[in-house]
Parts: sequence; structure tokens; C-alpha cells
Amino acid sequence: MSTLAAVSRPPAELLLRGASVLDPNARIDGRHDVLVREGEIAEIGAPGSLQAPAGAQTVEAEGKHLFPAFVDPHVHLRSPGQEHKEDLETGTRAAAAGGYCAVVAMPNTDPVLDHPALLRGLLMAAARDARIPVGFMAAISVGLHGERLTEMSELREVGAVGFTDDGRPVADAGLLRHACRYQLLCDGVLALHEEDPSLSGVGVMHEGAVSVALGLAGIPSISESTMIARDALIAEHERARVHFQHISARSSVDALAGARERGVRASGEVTPHHLLLTHEDVRGLDTSFKMNPPLRSEDDRAALIDALRDGTIECIATDHAPHARDEKNVPFEQAPMGTTGLESSFAVLYTELVAPGVITLELLLERLSAGARLLELEVPLIAVGRSANLCLFDLDASWRIGEAGYESRSSNCCFAGREVRGRNLLTLADGAVAYRERAFALSAA
Amino acid sequence: MRNLVSIEDLDRSAIERILELAANIGQVADRPIKKLPSLRGRLVINLFYEASTRTRSSFELAAKRLSADVLNLVASGSSVEKGESLRDTVATLSAYGPDAIVIRSPHAGAPALLAGWTRAAVINAGDGKHQHPTQALLDCYTLIERLGSLEGCNIWIVGDVLHSRVARSCIQAFRMLGAQVTVAGPPTLVPDEFAQLGATVEHSLERMREADVVYALRMQLERMEDTLLPSLREYTTHFQVNSRRLGPRQLLMHPGPVNRGIELSGEVIDSPQSLITNQVAAGVVVRMAVLYEVLAGAPPEGNSPDSQSPALEPQTA
Repeated sequence: MSTLAAVSRPPAELLLRGASVLDPNARIDGRHDVLVREGEIAEIGAPGSLQAPAGAQTVEAEGKHLFPAFVDPHVHLRSPGQEHKEDLETGTRAAAAGGYCAVVAMPNTDPVLDHPALLRGLLMAAARDARIPVGFMAAISVGLHGERLTEMSELREVGAVGFTDDGRPVADAGLLRHACRYQLLCDGVLALHEEDPSLSGVGVMHEGAVSVALGLAGIPSISESTMIARDALIAEHERARVHFQHISARSSVDALAGARERGVRASGEVTPHHLLLTHEDVRGLDTSFKMNPPLRSEDDRAALIDALRDGTIECIATDHAPHARDEKNVPFEQAPMGTTGLESSFAVLYTELVAPGVITLELLLERLSAGARLLELEVPLIAVGRSANLCLFDLDASWRIGEAGYESRSSNCCFAGREVRGRNLLTLADGAVAYRERAFALSAA
Repeated sequence: MRNLVSIEDLDRSAIERILELAANIGQVADRPIKKLPSLRGRLVINLFYEASTRTRSSFELAAKRLSADVLNLVASGSSVEKGESLRDTVATLSAYGPDAIVIRSPHAGAPALLAGWTRAAVINAGDGKHQHPTQALLDCYTLIERLGSLEGCNIWIVGDVLHSRVARSCIQAFRMLGAQVTVAGPPTLVPDEFAQLGATVEHSLERMREADVVYALRMQLERMEDTLLPSLREYTTHFQVNSRRLGPRQLLMHPGPVNRGIELSGEVIDSPQSLITNQVAAGVVVRMAVLYEVLAGAPPEGNSPDSQSPALEPQTA
């Protein structure tokens, strides 16, 4: 019942020649020619074995890596109402540039996406503006106020991917319980931003040695983990399907692992910034490092990497959260929370985790698209007959994040200025070319 | 030194240089004519986003005693109340060509941001609960005036350490000058993480007799609303510095304003071992030294860099 929408584009007619093709889900790892006809993967053959049919373009991809494109279950496209930060066009352009073939947008817009008519309008807007397919999560509670359930069933019929009050917790346990029960009627994952407001207080960063040194109010890790423990019990009791968003703390990982052992239908996601940065990065009070949940300790970071590796956390989500320059160019306590991430996620994770051997490239690729499976969307696969959802990377190319600007309307990237390896050259989303790096030409056959 | 944003900007020799300068200036403070011509024609803006009596007035007095022009701006009744951003306010003020901006902000890091936006020297007069470097310098000055040195000195900072920018700056400055620092108070207001700043953490005053100096902090009534304390009565029972707990040879300090009968009992405030009024007096000379330090080496705003440094000489009538 989930609906994804994008501008309809001419289906690709493309021969990718000699790329190193890697898709852990399709169990492909080796050099191949890949022919895309009418937007579908038509043939996969030995290098040099396939010919481009008349009218098809040829991409000389020797030395490059062809991956299944990524799916992000958690982005903020800011439309409607905050288009000065991002809109459907700029946000999906950023996603395509990062190698994504689909994203799921959060409902904390202005107005909040809590009504079927709004969702209809947004899907129409996406069909006009979105460069890659976009799905929408609807709010769990009307206005994100945490008081009354939205018309979940009708929202699902219109095409809501799932439900979330992201940006805020569902603080009222009774309301969450009712949402869990209602899920029996309408399906759709309940994606939960976990935070206990009475523990977070007015916190602006992780509570620990750095917050104490800076004199900033802290958000303790138990603010997140106690709520994960509570909501896993509620989901268990109601046999509901829940997804824990942007997990940031070791104690949260432990709570999720415990719930999974008990058979709770719970999954989790982690962001690139929680995998790579810690509260030590906040010492300079650069507002690029202000996000919610906050960057935590090195021990938390290590636990997240372990959880990603052992599958306790099944997918990577960017929580792409664009904010305008003037909004972030204020003292730390006043700045809004969030970092952009769609354009940098693969490169920073490849550079910081895969290149040093912390995780394998196969694992990274699997986790970058597993969000689709968790939200019951199609997982991109490099297999004959499947729609072409592909990205082509040059893993030897070095670049600096943000050096040539961003496709996103906003530039609040916590990785700005980092030297990274791995540059996306080409993205195909749902059978059409969605992104092509400027210098990388598609030569006609 | 271009700006004074944090004690971390300084090292021991920089602190000692400023304190020596303050001691020289202090001699002038005893003369009938207290004014020096050093910063004549310079503009110092006091930009205060928080209520402050002694810090603002001592900065104003310090600038005036160095013959600078002073412009005082407070948040209430200014464009700040009309929603102007810090950055726009600074752009506006910078158009007046200030040589220094003294800023007090409820937000940590505001002075550092300001330093990136203006050519004026920036002096932090307190940012959130983060830093209050001139307070720490004047406290060092006050103690050295009395003790000669802080080397090996045992200093206890008592009270709401968690919410105190004074405590953070003082821990750093006292330790840089060779003192040992203990922070003490209820666990909700003195988290163990202070150990990572190099302080010893105590949750009772039993061992306070070991201290050479007891530095009490102001207790804010809002801590009760935050449920960090059950009652002021209970706080005073455990943590009030009074004549029963304070030994006759121990020195007493407080950054002001004092809640008489709460963190300090009346009799210790008025006792000869109290350095509280010495701290206030030190505030002016130390802030004069800081203004001189950041401005005297720098050319006046808008002038060529080869123009002469002003001299530190008493004004002759």
C-alpha cells in the first residue's frame, strides 16, 4: 500500500562496460557488462561480451564499481512549509548525487503530514518535482502533539509508508499502545524517535565530560535507552512492528538486542554521524555538530559499529536534516538540531570504516539499502529483469566534502571539509538516469 | 593577545603577565587622579545580553580609567528584543568601528562566534555556563595579592558548580598557577565529570578544613524548580559555609551577588578572612589590564598598523 512518487523520466538505454559489479544480496562480485534496456536490467555478461543496441548509450566503466543504489528510510525534505531549507526537488537531487534510488521523508513539516489530503498533495508534488522515488511517513499523532492518533488507516490507503512522530518521542505510553493496536488494521511500520523529555530536559548535547566542560545542558543516553526498553515491551505486548530511529547509545543497542532475543518485531537504524563522530567533536561549539540524538561517547560509537556489524542494527539512515545557513550561524544552544548527510554518507563510511577494514564493503552496501526491506519496500537488486536501481562509484577518487558545494539547498553537513575517497559518477533510480557527475560523460555508442 | 574568550586561550605566562600589569595599574588606583591616557580615542562597547551589575560597571569603569569611550548596550530596550540576531547586531555595532567589544551572553560560545564576525577585540564577560575568564583572573589577582602565590594552594569551590561559568574558568586558572582544586556540593550540582577538568570531587564539606581558600558560589533559586535540590533549608544544612565550618585561617571568596544566609552565613561574609570586597576592587584593575593587553598592542581600528602604541603612563595634569 506504500506509494512512492517521482517525476516520470525516459527509461534508460544503457550499456555499462567492464565495471566491477558488487551486490551482496544478488551474490554478484566480479567484472561484468550490464545492459539496461527500457529501464530494466536486461543482461549481465562477461566483460566485453555485450554490445550496445542501436540508440543505447555506452558507459566505459572499467576500474569503476557498480552497486545496487541505496535506500534511505529517514530523510527530511522540509516540504511543505520549510522550502528555504530544502524541497522535494533539491532533496532528491542530493539523494541521487549520493547514490540513492529512493528515500522516505519524515512528516515533521509545516503543516505536519497528519491528514490524508496533505499526503495526496505531497504525492502529486513529488510526481512533479522528485528526481528519485520518494515515500512519505505520516504522523502518528495529530500535529505531532502526542495526544490523538491520525487517521492511520486512510493515510495508509493514500500511500503512507508508515508512521512516525520523528523529531519528538511518543511520550504517552497509552497513545503508543493504541497506535500499536491500530497497526493490526492498517499495517505500516511505527518508526520511533526515542527520547524521554523528562530526562532530555533542555539538553543540547550528550551528557558527559564534554557537556560538563562546556557548561551545556546534557541529554543523557538513558533518555533514549529507557524509551526503547519501554516501547519494545509495549510492542511485544501488542505484537506490533516497530522501528527504532537513529540509535545513538550503547544502552539502546543492548535494549534492542534484548527485545530481539525475546522475539519482538523491532528493528533499528544508525546514522553515519553516530558511527563516525563523538561528543569530542562538539568541543569547538560548531553548530554543524548539533543534532538529536546528540553525538555520544567513543564507547557508544564502538557499540554502534558492533551492532551494525552483527545485525542488531540492520540499516543505515542519514537523518538528512537540512537547515539554512542563518539558522545554524548562531550560538550552539540556539541552533536547530540536524545535519545533512545524503551526499556524503557512502564516501565518509567507505573512507572511515571500509578502507581501514573495520567493516567490509559488502556489509556497507547491504546496510545502505536494508532500510527498504524494513519498511517493506523493494530492495534494489542487480539481477536480470529488475528495474535498474544502480550507482557507479570511483573508489579511488579523492575529494573534499562540500568542496564543489552541495545539491541540497542547505550546507549544514557535519562532515564538511573532510578528505574522503569514493565518488559517485552515476545513479539510476527506478530505471532512469537520476544523477550524472558533471565531468563523467555518457558517450553515445 | 587579540581576544579573551576563554581561560584556555591563556597559558601560565600570559596569566602572570596580565596580573603583573594589573598590579602596576593597581598602584595608579591609589593616586588622587586615577585616569590613564592609554586608550584615549578608542571605543569599547559593552554588549550585555544578561543582567549584570558588577561585571558591567567594572568593565565600564576600567575602560573609562584608560580614557576609552564606552558605549553600553543591554538586551532589554534594544533591537535584540525586536528579534535581531546576534550576527546582525554585531554587524550594526561594527559599523561604529569599536576597538573592543565586551560581551555577556546567556549562550556558550557567543564570544567566540563574535570574534569571527568583527575586527574588534572580543572580551568574554561571561557566556552561558561556559566561561567567565576575567572573573577567574581577578580571583587569581586577589589571592596572589594576599598569599603571594597560588603554588601548592588548596582551593575548595563549593556550591552549584554545574551551573557556574565562574567555577569552570577558576578551576582552569587556579590549576594553571599551581593550585589544587576541589569542587564540593550535592551530587546533582557537582557531577563526577568535573574530575576530568582536573578537580577533586567531594559531596560533603567534612574535609573542607584542609582548604587554604574556600570559594563559595551563588545558589540560584531556579535549581529548586529543576528538582535538583529539595529545599534551600536542606542545602544550607549540608553546604552552607558558616563560622562552624570555616576555620579562622581559611580565606573566603564569592563572585557575588551573595545570598546572605544561604550559601554563606552573615558572620563569615563580614569576617576579616573574607576577600569578597577585595575581589570587587580587583575587578577594575584586572579588567583595565585585560583591555590594555588586547588593545594597546593593536593599532586603533581603522588606522594603519604602524601607528604608535599608546603608552601606559599616568595622565599628567
